[in-house]
Amino acid sequence: MTQLISLFQGGIMFGTVILYGATGEILTEKSGNLNLGVPGIMYMGGIVGLMSVFFYEMNNPAPNKLLCILIAMGCAFAASVLGGLIYSILTISLRANQNVTGLTLTIFASGFANFFGGSLNKLAGGVGQISVATTSAAFRASLPFAQDLHPILSMLLGYGFMVYLAVVLAFVTNWVINRTSVGLNLRAVGENPATADAAGINVTRYKYLATCIGAGISGLGGLYYVMDYTKGTWDSDGGIERLGWLAVALVIFSSWKPKRGIWGAYLFGMLSWLYFYLPGLTRRSMELFKMLPYLVTVIVLVVVSLRRSRENQPPAGLGLPYFREER
Amino acid sequence: MKNKERTCNPEPFMRISKRGVVMPLWKSLGIRAIALAAALIVCAIVIFAIVKLNPIKVYGAMFEGAFGTNKRMWVTIRDMMMLLCIAIGLAPAFRMRFWNIGAEGQILAGGIVSAACMIYLSKSMATIPMMILMLALSVVAGGIWGFIPGWFKAKWNTNETLFTLMMNYIAIQITAYFVALWENPVGSNSVGVINSKTKIGWFPEIFGQDYALNVILVLALAVGMFIYLRYSKHGYEVAVVGESENTARYAAINVPKVIMRTMFLSGALCGIAGFLAVSGASHTISTSTAGGRGFTAIIVAWLAKFNSFVMIPIAALLVFLDKGAIEIASRYNLSNHVSNMLTGIILFFILGSEFFINYQVRFRGGKQKEVQA
Repeated sequence: MTQLISLFQGGIMFGTVILYGATGEILTEKSGNLNLGVPGIMYMGGIVGLMSVFFYEMNNPAPNKLLCILIAMGCAFAASVLGGLIYSILTISLRANQNVTGLTLTIFASGFANFFGGSLNKLAGGVGQISVATTSAAFRASLPFAQDLHPILSMLLGYGFMVYLAVVLAFVTNWVINRTSVGLNLRAVGENPATADAAGINVTRYKYLATCIGAGISGLGGLYYVMDYTKGTWDSDGGIERLGWLAVALVIFSSWKPKRGIWGAYLFGMLSWLYFYLPGLTRRSMELFKMLPYLVTVIVLVVVSLRRSRENQPPAGLGLPYFREER
Repeated sequence: MKNKERTCNPEPFMRISKRGVVMPLWKSLGIRAIALAAALIVCAIVIFAIVKLNPIKVYGAMFEGAFGTNKRMWVTIRDMMMLLCIAIGLAPAFRMRFWNIGAEGQILAGGIVSAACMIYLSKSMATIPMMILMLALSVVAGGIWGFIPGWFKAKWNTNETLFTLMMNYIAIQITAYFVALWENPVGSNSVGVINSKTKIGWFPEIFGQDYALNVILVLALAVGMFIYLRYSKHGYEVAVVGESENTARYAAINVPKVIMRTMFLSGALCGIAGFLAVSGASHTISTSTAGGRGFTAIIVAWLAKFNSFVMIPIAALLVFLDKGAIEIASRYNLSNHVSNMLTGIILFFILGSEFFINYQVRFRGGKQKEVQA
């Protein structure tokens, strides 16, 4: 039972990272931009959030917890938007290929994040690992009474606020896309930009905004990973990148519906931890079981392509550049 | 304010149109050179901001890191050949607009079988037949790893981008399994240099150089791929499928067959890169044997427009940056991930510069040129 609970908790933890990434990417893809830079954007969010509070904590002996959270989230969001902006300028204005640009963004940001994650403390004149204990504790703080509740209840309530924020954001994104006129326009842009353009929708503005805001949301996933999973330190083992790619896969799994992404994210999160809780595994066979989430993703991709139901299709203009003068 | 301006001047501030005629080569090369120069300046500023070193000295140190000694130069050449080999492998797939971002996995598949040969056959085989066997097996292993997503794409139009990507992680876990199986010494969680005394299964020296064989093999592949894509019937089919599947079907090209065949070829060449990495370079295997080069090579192939010979300078530039950045990082005891950051900056600039080659920008009030029909 306790094992099941800790599997569930691990699943929620990774699932939240994936959920942020997927929610942002769904918003981006609804505008017709396939951004393969999600892992990179999550890196940006993670490292810049970490760096900002690192300097804040270094210069303030008694950091204010609320301010810590605000600084980290603000900077992480801004840096991720900046990543989305680079992608947008290259693909929307300069019409570079979306896949290649996204991959480049991932290469750049993985270098940027791992470099500063590994060297920042040295550059700032300190020794050892970068660490922001106060902020991380503030991010991980759960409701004070959650631990004393029944295990099932504390399993649902005993997390930092970002876990719940991810779910709220998924619902809000779902509402915006499906229930507002802005969302309607956005979907029109993603399905057929030429028609949307003819209807008087500013295609460029919608694409830019959706991509940048989507990137901002994705980047929060990186921040959550850094603050909660690695507890305010940096680990350059590529964990964010793995989860980032799973987030891209989850977009297909959820068939571009943020609400469906919620349970999908937790499922993927739990699959990532399953190897740890299966009895009777040696160190060697554990390595094989670690491939489970990726294997399941492959199976999901195949099943989705087999079913081909009409309402589960990607936006028709996904991945294609839009140029008004081209037929 | 905006509306007022619009009524005064009905012409938009700037207009973009596709170039009707292909730009002369010197001009397009010039644009790329400007982009590259701008990128190198930005890189220099970044490095300067981090280590406070005179930018010219930075590039001097980078040059020394990449070519400073004879050994370093050969290591740089070796890594360049490795990157080139992967890019050559990816070229046919990308020409076909098949987004094979699974090169990492295909490299590892080739690497695993090469390492297995070196470990299990070290007592029973001589070097030359073993080389041929390793080459053949790595072709098959990499090819199968590429064929699987190709098959699903051809049959059911399964999304290949994510499929190939997930195959990377599956290959990484399989590699981790074999690393745990072969670990030497026990408990180290690494394989260590295989056959370090007997050197069985290592690339033999040619002309007194350890890595001459890598160069010969990869350059032969480069020429072969150039001819294959440009002059063979297969290459033509690949190009047609890439431009338009409907056209290909109309021309009676068997599209699923072309997809599967090309993906096998693409994976096979990446498998050879794995063979090069294990047998011709590091003589060991780990989960970082591919080390992100499968992703960098995509951009090499893309920017070169799948031309093997254009890939050579691009690969050279990226490997030079990589080696140089690692040199700077190690001198200042910093993380050598900085090289990825610089690579990214350069690629952003080159990607952006393509726009100015393909499109024409005209500003309001500029002289009106008639578009030639």
